Amino acid sequence: MAIIYADHVAAMPIHPKVYEAMVPYFKEFYGNASSIHEDGEKAREALEEARGKVARLIGAQAEDIIFTSCGTESNNLALKGVALAHQAKGKEIIISGIEHFSIMHCANALEKAGFHVTRLPVDSHGLVDPGAVERAITPQTILVSVMHSNPEVGTIEPIAEIGKITRAKKVLFHTDAVDSVGNIPVEVNELNADLLSLAGSTFYGPKGAAALYLRKGIKIQPLLDGGIQERGLRAGTENVPAIVGMGVAAELAVEEIPKRMSYLQGLSGRLTEGLPKKIPHVRFLGHPTRRLPGNVSVAVEYIEGEAMLLFMDMEGVRISSGSACISRSLKVSHVMLAMGVDAATAQGSLLFSFGMQNKPEDADRILEVLPPIVERLRNMSPVYRKAMAKKA
Amino acid sequence: MYTQTVMDHFKNPRNVGVIEGADGVGEVGNPVCGDMMTFYIKVKDNVIEDVKFQTFGCGAAIAVSSMVSEMARGKTIEQASQITNKQVADALEGLPKQKLHCSNLGADALHKAIEDYKMKKEGKAYKPTPKKCYCPFCDVENPNEAEFCTGCGKELPEEHEHEH
Repeated sequence: MAIIYADHVAAMPIHPKVYEAMVPYFKEFYGNASSIHEDGEKAREALEEARGKVARLIGAQAEDIIFTSCGTESNNLALKGVALAHQAKGKEIIISGIEHFSIMHCANALEKAGFHVTRLPVDSHGLVDPGAVERAITPQTILVSVMHSNPEVGTIEPIAEIGKITRAKKVLFHTDAVDSVGNIPVEVNELNADLLSLAGSTFYGPKGAAALYLRKGIKIQPLLDGGIQERGLRAGTENVPAIVGMGVAAELAVEEIPKRMSYLQGLSGRLTEGLPKKIPHVRFLGHPTRRLPGNVSVAVEYIEGEAMLLFMDMEGVRISSGSACISRSLKVSHVMLAMGVDAATAQGSLLFSFGMQNKPEDADRILEVLPPIVERLRNMSPVYRKAMAKKA
Repeated sequence: MYTQTVMDHFKNPRNVGVIEGADGVGEVGNPVCGDMMTFYIKVKDNVIEDVKFQTFGCGAAIAVSSMVSEMARGKTIEQASQITNKQVADALEGLPKQKLHCSNLGADALHKAIEDYKMKKEGKAYKPTPKKCYCPFCDVENPNEAEFCTGCGKELPEEHEHEH
């Protein structure tokens, strides 16, 4: 059976050129970048080359890039790092209601430590209103953090508009751009971002390498105490092979973003067009046009997501869902609830996220295998029976 | 994640459907909680002659419903009333911890259908039993208003009660 992998927001394969570039740093150039001998020097050079490539991808200076281990770490370093370094000025932080757990739970932890957190609402498409950011800022606000795009529903946020406001109000602005960087154009100066999180694993790089962009002159408190790696802001021996891989992935992304975008938009467009024709009672989630390319988020009404996902898996199609039955916390996705999607509908959510190895036929295959699964589950759903009885 | 028996019942659920004019109907849960099950029973000479169900829910919820329906068929009302959540989970060769609450739901739906049957037999109007709420993490029964589980101390999800 042919496998169709359409869960790129969860993980993606690394580009063959990325893999090739990493191998020597496992085998021959295994030196520690802090060592002053020649092997150490080789590792350091590789590290700095990767730093330049990652910086170019977001229009930044190499020295403004701090390497971390994952997007979660970058987000923690941004929020906690700014909060701890700037608490003398104030203790207020503004985030949106649809942030990744690594922002949301970070903000919760800061709240317990005495900070005040404002959580901005979003509209039914998942958009944050820049005007609401402006109204929420007080003289005590030290940081605004709004994600660049939300992978669960695909919506791209008005980050440049928010950046204008925070810059004018002289408040630091962080954006979690983990799902955007490498996939759509992101430029720190256009956005007026002071801090920005990115991760190599979301643009065909390896897991284990990520970065935080930190605009020159902004103080943050490191989270790890140790050596003076990354200018003392992130102690710990650098993961050279993974960082080299992220560098190459960034270099490839700079060249390929326009091509990737139009290809992936073609795939998601094909699926988006086909779904309502093949399956009645589906609702698209997220913004209709301001979307991550290749991302299709839908709610199939009257049935539950995990059951659909398991049947799709048996057909060789790998996808994900925001159903409470899948999350370990057994809670329906906070993103969908924030968008005003009712919990029952959110239970039936499905997320398809295409990548460059997908083919247009993959969308066709999904449109072929999903409808009978939906029909089968609806036929055993008491919710569907009731809804249809009501309509009849 | 699931045992072979769970997957078998999920892929080929037994007794899916509706019995028109059933002798007893039991409904538990709601889609907001994640799972909802409706059980229908046909009783003859105190024996459950036929049983059908409909389920909105995850793989475990579907497998549990199917297993409960198999266990109840052919049993006397007394025997079927004694089917426990644990027996259901055991018959399925175990469920992941966070899915144990699904097995509670299955037996509850069956017991509710039996209760409905008894009520109808006595000519009384159906009256739902008080709400029950199980911890999704450790399976202990909790008071409905509990915010934290009395068994394991974990915070209970806001929408966790399964009978309304």
